[in-house]
Amino acid sequence: MKLEIGEVQIEDIKLGEQTKIEDGLLHVSRAELRKLLLEDKRLAAVEMTVARPGDKTRIIPVKDVIEPRVRLDNEITGYPGVTDKMGRVGAGRTLALKGAAVVTTGDIVAIQEGLIDMWGEGAKYTPFSQTCNLVLTFTPRRNLEAHQHEEAVREAGLKAAEYLGKAAENMEPDNINTYDLPAMNKRGEEVEGLPRVAYLKMLIAQGLLHDSYIYGIDAKETLPTWIHPNEILDGALVSGNCVAACDKITTYQHQNNSIILDLYDRHGKDLNFLGVVLTPELTTFTGKVRACEHATGLIKTMGADGVIISEEGYGNPDSDLLQNCKLLEEDGIKTVLITDECAGNDGFSQSLADTSSVAKAVISTGNVSHMVKLDPAERVIGNIGSLANLAGGSGDSFCDDGSIVCELNAIIGSTSEIGYHNLTARQY
Amino acid sequence: MSEKKPRVVCYLNQFFGQIGGEDKADTPPHIEMKAVGPAGALDTELGDVANVVATVICGDNYINEKDKAYSQVADLINSAEPDLVVAGPAFNAGRYGMACAKACEVAGEELNIPAVSGMYEENPGLDPAKRYAYIVPTPDSAAGMRKALPQMAGLITKILKNEELGPPEEEGYFPRGQRKTLFADKRGSLRAVEMLLKRLAGEDIETELPMPVFDEVEPAPAVREINKSTVALVSSGGIVPAKNPDSIESASATKYGRYSLKGHNDMRQLDYRSIHGGYDSVYANEDGNRVVPLDVMRELEERGEVGKLHDYYYVTTGTGTSVANAKKMGEDIAQELKDSGVQAVILTST
Amino acid sequence: MAKEIDRIGIPVVQLCSITTIARSVGANRIVPAIAIPYPAGDPELEGSEERDLRKELVKRCLTALESDVETVTEF
Repeated sequence: MKLEIGEVQIEDIKLGEQTKIEDGLLHVSRAELRKLLLEDKRLAAVEMTVARPGDKTRIIPVKDVIEPRVRLDNEITGYPGVTDKMGRVGAGRTLALKGAAVVTTGDIVAIQEGLIDMWGEGAKYTPFSQTCNLVLTFTPRRNLEAHQHEEAVREAGLKAAEYLGKAAENMEPDNINTYDLPAMNKRGEEVEGLPRVAYLKMLIAQGLLHDSYIYGIDAKETLPTWIHPNEILDGALVSGNCVAACDKITTYQHQNNSIILDLYDRHGKDLNFLGVVLTPELTTFTGKVRACEHATGLIKTMGADGVIISEEGYGNPDSDLLQNCKLLEEDGIKTVLITDECAGNDGFSQSLADTSSVAKAVISTGNVSHMVKLDPAERVIGNIGSLANLAGGSGDSFCDDGSIVCELNAIIGSTSEIGYHNLTARQY
Repeated sequence: MSEKKPRVVCYLNQFFGQIGGEDKADTPPHIEMKAVGPAGALDTELGDVANVVATVICGDNYINEKDKAYSQVADLINSAEPDLVVAGPAFNAGRYGMACAKACEVAGEELNIPAVSGMYEENPGLDPAKRYAYIVPTPDSAAGMRKALPQMAGLITKILKNEELGPPEEEGYFPRGQRKTLFADKRGSLRAVEMLLKRLAGEDIETELPMPVFDEVEPAPAVREINKSTVALVSSGGIVPAKNPDSIESASATKYGRYSLKGHNDMRQLDYRSIHGGYDSVYANEDGNRVVPLDVMRELEERGEVGKLHDYYYVTTGTGTSVANAKKMGEDIAQELKDSGVQAVILTST
Repeated sequence: MAKEIDRIGIPVVQLCSITTIARSVGANRIVPAIAIPYPAGDPELEGSEERDLRKELVKRCLTALESDVETVTEF
């Protein structure tokens, strides 16, 4: 399977009359986009705002972030099974508006959403301070039920990203990245003798507001499944998560999964990349046992020598993470785990909810309870008051001078357990 | 403007404080407004950096056995207005190590100032002290004094000059068990790929997160007659009165609530909701009994299968809540339950 | 939290779904629950069936509290 992702660099976004890209400037037709998004009668209104890197702007509460893209060689231009009909993605050419992102916000859906600061201290902790963001602030229809609200905003964000992506349809990309991973029996001597490496990607699947969608199927309804990494890069995975902001995998991070990209980088040189197994993190013990046994069973059958396992969330999924590790290590398959830590504000507490002596190779992406103080913003998009209810925030988060104090928990993507960011924690 | 030299107070036991040996181990604490024994040598090492302004001396048995010793030592140390406390070094002397740990705790908990000590790696005082102090590894006997003091002085100098201390293995102190969040040179995914390739090549790797070790607690004895006992409900499921009057956090909780169940037979009669950030709260909000099983507890109470349901239930949120905070809350709740005569507890967790 | 209650000498039973975690952190009396969002219920069931299920779970908790254990035990 061969996927080409062509990058069209976007320097800035401007709201105006017509949607088009000129000299790196993405013009967005406010009227046209609004009309498209409000076709969904569950949404009463949408506001559009541009937030640029360096702006003294705070976006809160952020639900999802999506990279605008267009698929050229596939009749499915949207998200299969979510905003478009069903079919396979991951082959052909896709254009991505690099440097741009759609950010969804508005009335809080559930208590685990987060913030993006476009400048200063806060900007260091979130990758989405570096993108030029079209922020969509949604007002749901009155009394819209929470799960419907989540779905409406999720789909609207995806539709907006697809709409913006189409502006690049006829453009020449600035550069093209090729992701070519042939079937196992079609791989040549370039992979001979190289260690066989798989990626086990765990997905939060804990109830309608803590969910991820694979080709539109709620991950909690699935058995663990093998999937081609190109499918993930090309939009097969969508976040429907209102889980802690710091380590939920936004749709943007699925589209740009850093583990997949870094494994691709070494494929044919240092390793033979076998592919990805997606596994749900469920809420029942039976479910956890089934998922862990099945996911690791797939990897054993693939004949992997080594596996990278990424977690999503913390707390009970720590138990899935360690169980997956144990089942693989017992079979002689070497693992590296990626997780964040819940070590308390002062960093003195134990980091995980579970423990296992076999987990000897762990990458830490930081302490979710690490406290940060963020300067007052000149502009807030969304509602700063929601910080009181966010994971990582509280009623005590607001300082008299307008600055805020919160845990990394509240900052989108700060402790990303797909290792999307540079944070780590170490023993002092 | 001349800067005031920082003030250091040293804590020593009866032996190093030059009172006497084992026969003086019951001596209560006192303070000398000068640098006694090894404190004098340390003062010399510190040169222009700081002055050892006082030495607090206490018998090892006294501080470890007398309840009031901690506050006595705290008052004495505080009276000398220190900027930093030095305890020991205690080498491999166990009781002295535990005493130093108390002096370090005074610095950290009461005075909120840094502490420095020196101990042998097997000293039982190391564990309780390291949270509050930078502890230099020493040999197991006082013969190591000459080596320990310059190392301690080096750390003290950096701390008092507000220089950021590097990781333990670089600076030469025992790891304190603190997880510090930092920016790495490479993103996490790349570090993972590199770590895996090393493992596959049979090379040694260093994990970024050693697995936690949880302590074990002896199970409390069973209740003899549950139908005559008071049973309390405790939950980490975050079900609180709708207005969340105690502002319990939705995650990383530091607070718990105690709410009355008196006169109520069903969670659905109460205007309660889940503020828990870690699970889908829809089901709990539909029917709070799914998290706090009040309805059936009342029924079992009426039928005499449970002696009495305690009038209050305790609740916090157990997501992202640090073990240390959970432990602290657990201690407080346990004490309150005990004080109100509760004999058994059902803890529901989400 | 369970540990601190045990430590003070009050027997405590933990009704929880992810029993592996309870074991790892050192709970002593454990009753496996239904699921994380509803340890003592099951929205799939009819009202009275759900209540019966809850009663059964709570009774199992009471049995646990009446049983002396030496180490971690599931009821």
